[in-house]
Amino acid sequence: MTSIDLEARGIGKRFPGVVANHDVSLHIRPGRVHALIGENGAGKSTLMKILYGVQAPDDGTIVVDGDPVTFATPTDAIAAGIGMVFQHFMLADNLTVLENIVLGAEKRHGIGGAARQRITEISGRFGFGLDPDDLVETLGVADRQRVEILKVLYRGARLIILDEPTAVLVPQEVDALFANLRELVADGCSVLFISHKLDEVLAIADDITVMRQGTTVGTADPATATKHQLAELMVGSELPSPQTSESTVTDDVVLELRDVVVTDDAGRDRLSDISLTVHRGEVVGIAGVEGNGQSELVEVVMGMRRCRSGSIHLDAEDTTRLRTRGVRERGVGFIPEDRHRHGLVLDYPLWENRILGHQTRRPSVRRGLINRAGARADAQRIVEEFDVRTPGIDTTARALSGGNQQKFIVGREMSGEPRLLIASHPTRGVDVGAQAAIWEHIRAARRQGLGVLLISADLDELIGLSDRLEVILRGRLTARFDPAQVTASDLGQAMTGGRDA
Amino acid sequence: MKRSSIVGAIVPPLVAVLGAMAATSLVIAVSGGSAVDFVATIFSVPNERVLITIINQSAMLSLSAFAAAICFRMGLFNIGVEGQYTVGACAGAFFAGSGLVPGPLNILVTLVVAMLAGAGYALIAALLKVGRGVSEVISAIMLNYIALTMAGYLVARYGETSGYTYVTAEIPPSSQPLGFNLFPNAPGDVWALSTLAVIVGVGYWFLMSRTRFGFDLRATGESTSAALASGVSVGRMVLIVMALSGAVAGLVWMPAFFGSVHSFGPPENFQAGLGFTGLAVALLGRNRTIGIFVGAVLFAFLAGQSNALQQEGIAKEVVDITQGIVVLAVVVAYAVVGRRRAQAEQERVARQLDAEREGVSA
Amino acid sequence: MSAEVMRARTYRYTMWLIVLGVIVTVSVVRIVTGAERMTAPGTLRAALIGASPILLAGIGGLWAERAGIVNIGLEGQMLLGTWGAAFFAYHYGPYMGLVGAAFMGLLGGLLHAVATVTFGVDHIISGVAVNIIGLGAVGYLAKTFFDDLEGGGPRNLSGYDTLPNITVPGVSDGALKLAEQEWFVISDVAGAVAALTTRISLLTVLTAALVALTAYVLWRTAFGLRLRSCGENPQAAETLGVNVYRYKYVAVLISGAFAGLGGAYLTMVASSSFSVGQTGGRGYIGLAAMIFGNWRPSGVLAGSLMFGYTDGITLLPNSGPLVHALLLLIAVLLVVFAVIKVRKGERTTGIVLALIAVATLAWYLSTDEVNGSFTGMTPYVITLFVIAVFAQNLRMPAADGKSYRRGEAG
Repeated sequence: MTSIDLEARGIGKRFPGVVANHDVSLHIRPGRVHALIGENGAGKSTLMKILYGVQAPDDGTIVVDGDPVTFATPTDAIAAGIGMVFQHFMLADNLTVLENIVLGAEKRHGIGGAARQRITEISGRFGFGLDPDDLVETLGVADRQRVEILKVLYRGARLIILDEPTAVLVPQEVDALFANLRELVADGCSVLFISHKLDEVLAIADDITVMRQGTTVGTADPATATKHQLAELMVGSELPSPQTSESTVTDDVVLELRDVVVTDDAGRDRLSDISLTVHRGEVVGIAGVEGNGQSELVEVVMGMRRCRSGSIHLDAEDTTRLRTRGVRERGVGFIPEDRHRHGLVLDYPLWENRILGHQTRRPSVRRGLINRAGARADAQRIVEEFDVRTPGIDTTARALSGGNQQKFIVGREMSGEPRLLIASHPTRGVDVGAQAAIWEHIRAARRQGLGVLLISADLDELIGLSDRLEVILRGRLTARFDPAQVTASDLGQAMTGGRDA
Repeated sequence: MKRSSIVGAIVPPLVAVLGAMAATSLVIAVSGGSAVDFVATIFSVPNERVLITIINQSAMLSLSAFAAAICFRMGLFNIGVEGQYTVGACAGAFFAGSGLVPGPLNILVTLVVAMLAGAGYALIAALLKVGRGVSEVISAIMLNYIALTMAGYLVARYGETSGYTYVTAEIPPSSQPLGFNLFPNAPGDVWALSTLAVIVGVGYWFLMSRTRFGFDLRATGESTSAALASGVSVGRMVLIVMALSGAVAGLVWMPAFFGSVHSFGPPENFQAGLGFTGLAVALLGRNRTIGIFVGAVLFAFLAGQSNALQQEGIAKEVVDITQGIVVLAVVVAYAVVGRRRAQAEQERVARQLDAEREGVSA
Repeated sequence: MSAEVMRARTYRYTMWLIVLGVIVTVSVVRIVTGAERMTAPGTLRAALIGASPILLAGIGGLWAERAGIVNIGLEGQMLLGTWGAAFFAYHYGPYMGLVGAAFMGLLGGLLHAVATVTFGVDHIISGVAVNIIGLGAVGYLAKTFFDDLEGGGPRNLSGYDTLPNITVPGVSDGALKLAEQEWFVISDVAGAVAALTTRISLLTVLTAALVALTAYVLWRTAFGLRLRSCGENPQAAETLGVNVYRYKYVAVLISGAFAGLGGAYLTMVASSSFSVGQTGGRGYIGLAAMIFGNWRPSGVLAGSLMFGYTDGITLLPNSGPLVHALLLLIAVLLVVFAVIKVRKGERTTGIVLALIAVATLAWYLSTDEVNGSFTGMTPYVITLFVIAVFAQNLRMPAADGKSYRRGEAG
């Protein structure tokens, strides 16, 4: 297999109202693992889609082995030897491994025995251990990722682009993936590895390119670069470190969970014996690798999910059986993880979004009737107080940038003097400025006596904002830390459950 | 902002209607007819008799459209309006004909019976959706056929013979409301219960734009996940909204029943198809109150003028083609305009913010 | 042995067992109730004629939905097919009638494809519009083109040649004789053989061939894999270089053509004349048969035969006692389902089914005849019932009915 040499020069891409990429340059040398790092929203995904022909660039050229190329569709990119493993797997659950792999590449070995043999062969060579005739829906996350990689190899790709491949994996699976990648490189492939996890990047990459605000801002040599240098390149300045000042924790309990158990439809435990208290003026941070029960915890507190046993109390009141509306009426604010799906009605103007979640409370609603004037006035207040950059409150939520949407949600959830705030990844995917503003608002509210349950994957955020850290692992709270004392590596160990990790 | 949204609301249906007329003209021209005659006849001034028919038909059509729209706004597709109003008509007619309640009160109670019957029938589809995850579209298609067959059976079993067909007992004369005699010289009245359309229309507008219930309903339609997170019980809403829709559907045929037919017995003494046309009207009017009234009048107008086409040697079924194309064209136009507008707004917001930023830094 | 072969064998084995079980049950019920006509060649022939148009529509629906487009416009496309068949058969002979029907159906499909694929309109809305247009167009076209013809009228047409029938000599006679013997199982099977070998329409044979061809193309060719991938995960297909729009278009056009052929069956085989609105909702029943059949050709076939049977026997003279006998059959099947459900751990559903079985049995025992109206309702009630009970077991293509826009992958 001959390796590929790919260079992107001066790539630019504009979307309506947004410059996603400008003057992006990147050189992937043959037989190397090239890491592309940057914050959320730095333009990595757009660049990747351009390299794979999903979107066409507005400016710039792509040069493969010295020749300029244009990719109108992924087919062109595939033909040039480029393969892509998306972060959100592109697999059809109801088709077999074989069908998923040969789809679009039927000309190579047909869709029958020859193809099956070829797949078994590649799978064997890299120790993937996949059965071509399994339905994809029966496979776990790591196996699905292997199917994706196999898909790319089957097409004879010489450059494999991996978009945040470790986001969904547990540490052991990450190790296995890295071993696979090294074998691929030894076999003559180039790899473009996209990530924002600096440890991993330093562990696997041969070259590093950093992106910030839609452009490439520099390269680094993993042999000499430190995490701190890379982080500074990514953020552009000193890391904003959230510093909670003196403690405002009181003795009044706002939220108490006692032995809460949640099971899914199949009867498996998603949360086991969760006991947790949040006091007035306290921020309790929940740390954990995603998918260890954080969503279930949020949903059960918010009344969106029932617990099988155990109880939930807000102040002294038993709210175990309450539904979401009842929970909200008792003064619980909720910043959901996925703002587009759960936080906003994207096609509604901001003032109508002000009503969402406050349908039974003033000033939006009075005696079952919508109070337009009240809702509009309060939406205007949020826009001003929380510095939401918008032409006005009649603008639809969809038209705003992610950071401004999030600021509006935070503002809304903090109105009406809540007692408790459930904040799930409150600064995910927002720009640095908005992040600092949101942290400041949470701190201010905490000083006023608000209790906060903070779920985040951002360790800096967790350590900086929390008064207490709880670690969630496989649906259990397994460790407790004082954020003032804890180090990131302690936390990381507890989150993965491996003392030896 | 305001002006562009008004333009956005008027232009798509206008384009759709013109496009549909053009397409229909083309069909007529290709099949050897005169497109000029078609356009001239459709746009001629209707006579008084046709005018009354148009008013009465648009009342029933808008009732049916409101029934559909209640569900559309929540993202439910109540294709079962057809069956629900059949059931409502059948139940209402049996009750009214029985004369259990005397005089004008009979009218009121009959309306309640028809609404309950329609709501109950709609609840079957709703319960299957909430309880068993069955698509309301599929179950409603089945229920539509069952409704018509059952109604036919019940009338044959418990009704009276009338010529070759069966009908329910006539409403007692004391329970027959007087209509509005708009044109003294023309035959027929504007039916008293055609006013139901106005009442339901106003109620619909108020419910949707002014009440919490309406907000919850619309938010669920726009984003079920966001509505859930905001505290809406979506399952319960499906049941309530389907029942409400069915209740309105139950009223659809009541104007004709009390106004002129006085007994129920398909196919002669019943007007089938209002449910499907109502869906089309709701789509045309984009589920907005005024839009629905305009759409209903337009469809009733087309149907009313179609008889005159016969005299020009053009088959009147041609207006069905027009109606169908209007629906298709209008949803296409709304989809295109909607996408354009979202894009334009995003660009505008970004431009404005860029300008602000430069202003600050300058 | 690979997992796939194992699965396929088990599946086939189970299917044969079910088929055998149904035959034995039917035979027992026939003998117990004394309704000898239940499996008589004439009855089964009527059932076959009833089933074929539903099957064609259902397979049409399958094509579209496997590519992710819900085609509720089958009814309208089928209507267009009835007119196309009549028009072209009248002027150019029965074979051109078939072509004309498929073409008219395809036009209806094209309308649906433009709206749903190119413009991303809601599939149900577009389908409803196609049905309105189809009904209007057929009414208009009939009046415009048939009114002045000999044998024609404003809403109907007759006097065209229909398709030839085929009788397999030898087999047909033998089977007919056996069927008359009223023997347990043997006569029932013979009845089916006789129905399949005696005066069977060429279009019925063609239908069977098309079903087999559909199964082959969709599951054994690269084209079929690509088409199905558009219904399962079009974004993934797009990233692999599949032109999703093109496959969706092709699927919906084929879907319309199948529905059109279903219309042709009604005007050229089930009867020898055309009338406006001849489909009587069979497009919808085809859709129901497809859902009943869990989006698989064999399932669609089973569903169509069942609906075709209830549809076919309503046309037989004096079908009351026969329908009455069917009540017992339904009660027995319900008990079987109830047992299956209880063993799967769904006790509530099982109990409800058992109760309905008891009610059906009571109905059977307390009456001698069933009103014709109820027979007409049967396909709809059964579909509703089956979907309600087995909703969780049904598996539609994952992206069926969802809007897809190019360039939004990743």
